[in-house]
Amino acid sequence: MINLVGKLQDIQEEFGYLKRDKLDEISRELKIPLARIYSLATFYSSFSLTPPAKHSITVCTGTACYIKGAGEIVERIIEKLGITPGETTDDNKFKLETVNCLGACALAPLVTIDGNYYGNMTPEKIIEALETYL
Amino acid sequence: MRGKSTTVQTISVAGGTCGMAAGAGEVWNKFARVLGENSPGIRLELTGCKGFCAMEPVVTIGDIFYCRVRPSDVEEILEKTVHNGELLERLLFQDDGKTCETRREIPFYQYQDRRVLSLTGEVDPVNLQDYLTRKGFESLKKALKMKGEDIIQEVKDSGLRGRGGGGFPTGRKWESCRNSQADSVRYIICNGDEGDPGCFQDRSLMEGNPYLVLEGLIIGGYAIGAEQGYIYVRSEYPLAVKNLEIALARIRAEGFLGRNILDSGFDFDIEIVRGAGAFVCGESSALMASIEGKIGEPRVKHIHATNRGLWDKPTVLNNVKTLASIPLIIGKGAAWFSSIGTENSKGTMIFSLTGNIKNTGLVEVPMGITLRDLIYKIGGGIPGGKKFKAIQTGGPSGGCLPESSLDLPVDYEALLEAGSMMGSGGMVVMDEDTCMVRVAQYFLNFTREESCGKCPPCSEGSLLMLKILDKFIAGNADEDDLDQLGAIGRMVAKTSLCGLGKSAPNPVLTTLRYFKDEYQSHIKGICPAGACPGLNQ
Ligand SMILES: Cc1cc2nc3c(=O)[nH]c(=O)nc-3n(C[C@H](O)[C@H](O)[C@H](O)COP(=O)(O)O)c2cc1C
Ligand code: FES
Repeated sequence: MINLVGKLQDIQEEFGYLKRDKLDEISRELKIPLARIYSLATFYSSFSLTPPAKHSITVCTGTACYIKGAGEIVERIIEKLGITPGETTDDNKFKLETVNCLGACALAPLVTIDGNYYGNMTPEKIIEALETYL
Repeated sequence: MRGKSTTVQTISVAGGTCGMAAGAGEVWNKFARVLGENSPGIRLELTGCKGFCAMEPVVTIGDIFYCRVRPSDVEEILEKTVHNGELLERLLFQDDGKTCETRREIPFYQYQDRRVLSLTGEVDPVNLQDYLTRKGFESLKKALKMKGEDIIQEVKDSGLRGRGGGGFPTGRKWESCRNSQADSVRYIICNGDEGDPGCFQDRSLMEGNPYLVLEGLIIGGYAIGAEQGYIYVRSEYPLAVKNLEIALARIRAEGFLGRNILDSGFDFDIEIVRGAGAFVCGESSALMASIEGKIGEPRVKHIHATNRGLWDKPTVLNNVKTLASIPLIIGKGAAWFSSIGTENSKGTMIFSLTGNIKNTGLVEVPMGITLRDLIYKIGGGIPGGKKFKAIQTGGPSGGCLPESSLDLPVDYEALLEAGSMMGSGGMVVMDEDTCMVRVAQYFLNFTREESCGKCPPCSEGSLLMLKILDKFIAGNADEDDLDQLGAIGRMVAKTSLCGLGKSAPNPVLTTLRYFKDEYQSHIKGICPAGACPGLNQ
């Protein structure tokens, strides 16, 4: 049994997004219409159809982080970089995303930049952290 | 002061996701570097989460419990504590000015009863030998000598109910699967999707003691007559996937998995399926669709998975904590398991205690403990001298309970009656600065975004409710809106297709029930918590 979701995950992992030519390849190989692949790719939030930016910022907006002020953190990043969650800056330097709980709620509010954890964030500290990537 | 020890001392660094995020990796590296290759009498170990996440990075040496350890503390710990038996006061847990010299003295642990979690945080999670020397896989050996029916009877007698949300009796679920479609292929799936934001109990178990979860899954597979099991893990949990993969490879090599397990004639294998980031995939039928490689859309409930589940074959789906309880029940017996708890909720429950609470962490408590004891005795109360406002259980499907509910016992029925639910174990504490209207908006936003969009009551109804909530937050709502909000909420709960939609209004309905005055204040242009910009406090 071929798991299509798993196949897409492998591509996502290798390239950081679902490359069009790779999707075409799967479609031909497995005789699955491209439309069906796209419906999966857009349903599941861990897939991306655009190439990754140089730095990826993920703000946790899970309950614990929300209660401790994740909303303000997101707003400060929006102000600073001019992109909303899901968007990439024009120079392709930053992509902003939100996630529902990273499973480290004791550090709420929590942000990761390129996989590095920044815990107990405040609107000031997140700007400081961002500066180091500018 | 302690005497110098002559036996092997174990330095154990908690390396769960929470610990790693707080810097446990650097602490462990420093220990490894300073100790070098050859350090007789000392064993350095990286374990799963020890539960006390607020104090990460945590390092233990025997009973000694060091909090918030930095790499710069490492040399002193080795010199003073490990070599000379001296305590480093500044790293010990301080409780209201009292220093706790051992873990046992820490109130956070004192009131817990860590049964399912007994090895989580105590062993190297992927070291099979460690698990085996602590009676690991003894329950599987015992089970393989029993008849499937007898295992199911034992699980029924234990009173174990599903730990993933609904609380369905596990033994009965297994029985109806075993008895469905004679001669059919059967499947058993472990639900490690843990979609509730603010929950990390299933992650900690999969990361910190993967063998226990797998042992439960294998016993379950044997009991219902399945040959293939799956473990569905949330996409945000790479460490859990990694540890499960290593664990699977090791038990396969040792004959606990695969063909003819331990010469019993029983064939069983397990595959890991990674989730792809959709909350609704934690729901039974959506999860199975997802494993089949389809969009995770739920289907109507009158078809039971135990009858026609994965690939239309009889299937059991159980939560991680449910399956992790199985080796205990088989090993120690149903009577032992059910000796604690309440009339209809037996055993212990594992919670992630988060939000505005001092001791954020993972706790295992006997069913029946009051919410008050959980929050104040174990959780240490609310930080910053703030007042308690609400406790949210059950994730986005659950509800917010007020101060007056704090003497409720942790019990499936008691929480349901109060309008919330046991859920999968999330427990978020909110203080007086939290606006309950915004909390309702937060959860509703969450479920609306995660709604698969298939049925209108859920997708449209929640949108309507959100629009009304926006009016409250902007200070433009009136009494009619209050009535409408409740009416739409009840309608959505009644007519939605799956559990996501049915439970989506719960945060709105419970805040309306317990915090109506706060909605009414918003009508008058006042946000008592001072959280809505533009409104007075
Ligand atoms: C929208 C939705 C999300 C769910 N998410 C989870 C989840 O993340 N983990 C889980 O164990 N159960 C989840 N459930 C419950 C499962 O459908 C199912 O009841 C459970 O896994 C059965 O296991 P148990 O009997 O051991 O509790 C969810 C249900 C719904 C309706
Ligand atoms: S809610 Fe943010 S890490 Fe859990």
